[in-house]
Amino acid sequence: MTTHSSSNAGPTHKKVEAGVTLAIAVFGLVVIIGSIKAGIGWGDEGPRAGFFPFYIGLILVIASVINLWNGLREDNDGLFAEWGQLRQVFSVALPTAIYVGVMPYIGLYVSSAVFIAWFMRWLGKYRWLTVLAVSVGMPVLTYIVFERWFLVPLPKGPLEDWLGL
Amino acid sequence: MEELGNLFHGFAVAMQPFNIMVMFVGILLGVIIGVLPGLGGANGVAILLPLTFSMPPTSAIIMLSCIYWGALFGGAITSILFNIPGEPWSVATTFDGYPMAQQGKAGEALTAAFTSSFVGALFAVIMITLVAPLVASFALQFGPAEKFAVYFLAFCSFVGLSKEPPFKTIAAMMMGFALAAVGLDSITGQLRLTFGFTELLNGFDFLIAVIGLFGIGEILLTMEEGLSFRGGNAKINLRVVLHTWMGLPKYWMTSLRSCVIGCWMGVTPAGATPASFMSYGIAKRMSKNGENFGKGDIEGVIAPETAAHAAGTAALLPMLSLGVPGSPTAAVLLGGLLIWGLQPGPMLFVEQKEFVWGLIASMYLGNVFGLLVVLTCVPVFAAILRVPFSIIAPLILVLCAIGAYSVHNSTFDVMLMLVFGVIGYALKKCNYPLAPLVLAIVLGDKAEEAFRQSLLGSQGSLGVFFSNTLVSTIMVLGLIALFWGVISAGLSRLTSRMGSPA
Repeated sequence: MTTHSSSNAGPTHKKVEAGVTLAIAVFGLVVIIGSIKAGIGWGDEGPRAGFFPFYIGLILVIASVINLWNGLREDNDGLFAEWGQLRQVFSVALPTAIYVGVMPYIGLYVSSAVFIAWFMRWLGKYRWLTVLAVSVGMPVLTYIVFERWFLVPLPKGPLEDWLGL
Repeated sequence: MEELGNLFHGFAVAMQPFNIMVMFVGILLGVIIGVLPGLGGANGVAILLPLTFSMPPTSAIIMLSCIYWGALFGGAITSILFNIPGEPWSVATTFDGYPMAQQGKAGEALTAAFTSSFVGALFAVIMITLVAPLVASFALQFGPAEKFAVYFLAFCSFVGLSKEPPFKTIAAMMMGFALAAVGLDSITGQLRLTFGFTELLNGFDFLIAVIGLFGIGEILLTMEEGLSFRGGNAKINLRVVLHTWMGLPKYWMTSLRSCVIGCWMGVTPAGATPASFMSYGIAKRMSKNGENFGKGDIEGVIAPETAAHAAGTAALLPMLSLGVPGSPTAAVLLGGLLIWGLQPGPMLFVEQKEFVWGLIASMYLGNVFGLLVVLTCVPVFAAILRVPFSIIAPLILVLCAIGAYSVHNSTFDVMLMLVFGVIGYALKKCNYPLAPLVLAIVLGDKAEEAFRQSLLGSQGSLGVFFSNTLVSTIMVLGLIALFWGVISAGLSRLTSRMGSPA
């Protein structure tokens, strides 16, 4: 996992930061619009619901403009990350997204087992036996600790129904 | 001496067998959390919070605060043995701790770190015992304007003291406030900022944000760095411990100074990380052998560890007595209190005496137990670190998912957690601080409520925040903190001009 691709290409820090700052500014605008919808004036019970968030959104937009200005002025030609590093990040983020996405349908236990197995086999290149032990062991342990000892229910799917748990 | 009686009563509560057991479990889990990458005090406590729902509140808060102590101790293990700070506040510990480990003095470094952590915490707990009731009884007189002024001061100190650019701190904070505002408005009962999504009716829970921002975000960062663990071996035996202890008293001055710095910085919400750096810097300047710092000087381990632990503990003082947490972890603990229906703040000391003093007593005991546990179990914890990241990472991700789900039994929250994780990764990479964001989500509603109630009383005039000496003093302190960067730059320019008259 420590093998870095030798290519030193990647998005520059400046551009990514500008993108993030713009996204924050857009979020600020959304807050302002939402606040205006809720009413930013003075009602019967004092300041209306949008009063406080309106100014929050306003400060957010102003701060973002200053951040954008500072960021673009800065002399920083550094990379945000190399493509190889970003690939590493996505190799975790995407499967996690799938894991989270299927959880409502097949339950937490089965999806966790598959997720752990995938991670260990794909990124860690472990023997199947090790993979199987950890990926089945962890959900079973989770079941005992959470559902039995601490009485915290976790999402279940068809398999758990079939097992009658 | 009513407090002393209360404290003894608290010890009786904390000494109940169940609470002692809970303390041990908490410390063990805490050290593991502190040692593992991607799990820190804040998100560790957040993930384990649902486990405590079935416990009585006093036991639950004892367990959670012990997880916090454990995480504070655990951070030192990774810094010294692996040169990987498990927590931001242990970064300064790596400067001298890791060189010591490389010279084969890992045992000494660890003993010094744990012992100074303990001393720092003890100092802070004694301060909490003495000061918290006074602050609380003082704060009982606070009206909405004073309350808002305290929040104002807390958030302004973030802007002035954090090492990130001030406008990034402000932006992060405002994002937190905006997220807190989503959903039902607590005063008018009106919906706002939901844009028709029913999932957003109840707003964003900060626990989800904490787990996502700190947990998932950290894992993504670690993946990028392609982390590999190469660490020294740790052997701690009684002889090393005793030998190191014999040498420690001569650093009492460093220790005391670090305790004071830690407590001071811990109470203001800038927290443990700057405290540890500041303490390290000052110790380096004051020490006779300052030039040895960075090459494995034991004093360079004592100073940051004492300050970090003192600050981490002192962060609970404003949380308990004012309802303003001094650190993200203290914020999560505050969230826990709210879930159990306990309102942190001055009234807690009046209405929930048993709870407050049980917690304070457990701070004394928890740190004693913590010291014993870490001194005896270092090899075990170091072994956890040798488990490859490709096994640890999916397990931590699954734990984060479980934690996020069980807050409200909602799979939507789990997706939200991932979104927060990606956001946290991007923000962290772009140098935005995450702590003010989290604190703003926690305190947003309360700050807004105090703000609007004050305005209601004054018919909309902002003059209410300067209407009496108390509130004006707090507001002025806040403004000084807000513009501290500008002020200190101005002062240094002024002194340099005075120093070199033409």
